[in-house]
Amino acid sequence: MSESIDDTSQIPLAELGQRLRHSRVDRGELTVELERDGLLESLRFLRDDPRCDFQQLIDLCGVDYSEYGEGAWTGPRFAVVYHLLSLHHHRRLRVRVYLDEELPILPSAVEIWPAANWFEREAFDLFGFLFDGHPDLRRILTDYGFVGHPFRKDFPLVGTVEMRYDADQRRVVYEPTRTEERVVVPRILRIGEEGRYDAGNQ
Amino acid sequence: MPEINNFTMNFGPQHPSAHGVLRLVLELDGEVIERADPHIGLLHRATEKLAEHKTYLQNLPYMDRLDYVSMMCNEHAYCRAVEKLLGVEIPIRAQYIRTMFDEITRILNHLLWLGAYALDVGAMSVFLYCFREREDLMDVYEAVSGARMHAAYYRPGGVYRDLPERMPQYEPSPYRDARRLAELNANRQGSVLDFIEDFTRRFPGYVDEYETLLTDNRIWKQRTVGIGVVSPERAIALGFTGPMLRASGVAWDLRRSEPYAAYADLDFDIPVGKEGDCYDRYLVRVAEMRQSNRIIAQCVDWLRRNPGPVIVDDYKIAPPPRETMKTSMEALIHHFKLFTEGMAVPPGEVYAAVEAPKGEFGIYMVSDGANKPYRMKIRAPGFPHLAAMDEMARGHMIADVVAILATMDIVFGEIDR
Repeated sequence: MSESIDDTSQIPLAELGQRLRHSRVDRGELTVELERDGLLESLRFLRDDPRCDFQQLIDLCGVDYSEYGEGAWTGPRFAVVYHLLSLHHHRRLRVRVYLDEELPILPSAVEIWPAANWFEREAFDLFGFLFDGHPDLRRILTDYGFVGHPFRKDFPLVGTVEMRYDADQRRVVYEPTRTEERVVVPRILRIGEEGRYDAGNQ
Repeated sequence: MPEINNFTMNFGPQHPSAHGVLRLVLELDGEVIERADPHIGLLHRATEKLAEHKTYLQNLPYMDRLDYVSMMCNEHAYCRAVEKLLGVEIPIRAQYIRTMFDEITRILNHLLWLGAYALDVGAMSVFLYCFREREDLMDVYEAVSGARMHAAYYRPGGVYRDLPERMPQYEPSPYRDARRLAELNANRQGSVLDFIEDFTRRFPGYVDEYETLLTDNRIWKQRTVGIGVVSPERAIALGFTGPMLRASGVAWDLRRSEPYAAYADLDFDIPVGKEGDCYDRYLVRVAEMRQSNRIIAQCVDWLRRNPGPVIVDDYKIAPPPRETMKTSMEALIHHFKLFTEGMAVPPGEVYAAVEAPKGEFGIYMVSDGANKPYRMKIRAPGFPHLAAMDEMARGHMIADVVAILATMDIVFGEIDR
């Protein structure tokens, strides 16, 4: 992303008005956080306004912030992150929308970018987010008949079921997993501590 | 008039033309596709979830296994994301080595694609020709990293080591005589760079051979011209990138529009198609191989003239040299910390993309300051391409489904992740 956005003035964010929660430039990348209400109008504005012209949806993914920074996170648990690309202006934009934890639902962007179809199915499958207005919201990556949303932080890495061929019953059986999760390298957070990486301190 | 009913046909998941494990449910009216519903996920390994439980360095080899025919390009995107989070600049020689290997990877990928595509459509011999050249490039992979495919050669901060001074040679074997052995080793007498340079001199002739076999071939044209046409507007809306987008006439290439590594200093062209059909996608990829060859030749020239470091001199990111570890306690501690705990990456979020052979391969990484990524999303180019399968195949015959599937350059390692 060398075509970085150094200041937010290149995109008429003010016209989003109340629908814009927050915008920030970090490492040359502009992130805007939008309100869930009126999301489709905001996205349509980003696509259609000639100063934005984000014709392409590059990526859409879910994020579960529940374990961020060992409890340092105070915002909502779930978010959907869109990565937009303007071929015309050579510019990228990251859009984040927060979701309710109890009922994570937001309007589908399939009408705006057809590419959102499978990306939203993936976010539904892996995080359990619901996309209102999606034409075909089915699981996509996990197995047929899979239970749970594996990329949520409270889903165990080893899964919940394991599968084997049972010679007596002569069919494949599913059983609760017997694998125990092993942590070889613990997760270590070094914020504000000595030893944390600092490029200016070498 | 007999009554014809629609029926549903299951294609795959074990089918030689499914390019891995794709289950495609086709609704047919006679032999015409009414609807194509790809069922993916049979190769889903939850790489993104695994990445949350591994340190930044441990995650790197997983990248090879995503798109397993363009290994180093995946590593490149990952390394760029980590480097962006860390805020480090990697040495210029490492940039050139990466550029050269990205292009070697592109040729490797396009050769496999071309061979497999021709095989799917019914031309056997192209496959054999393509694999002959792939073997040379695999040897280059092996010479620098020790592995023919899953190289793990790029590291956050540069590349694992400098290019070897000596190209490995074939050894005597009961299956070849001395004359054959000398023949095989004739271009392996010098360094790896000498071997690559020799390859770049030979390769345009090889591409001519493939083109002789296919470009004006009547059967090839019958199977590809006018099949799976995508208009430029539609290609953009569907999220196409790479050759799929360029064949539709959109001149967009990250190497040119968002130059990374050493691409800004190199001279190359971006081939663009006109019609957006399977034949144009073939032409674009063949032209790309020629351009990649040009880039490799320029990189070889530069690398010969400019020795230097290939990884950052920062022991918090890259390990110290082995000799130093024998004498310096501090270097030993750095090494131990780096390979047990790993590096702590400052909090933040970045998206880094490279122009992989299949399109835009991107990594969206969220760090909370720990030694492991908090969330990593892999943006695989094949995913939106396959999502457009329904639209591209509708109204075509069953035999065209194979041609359309192959033209997308589908690899399930990256689509299912």
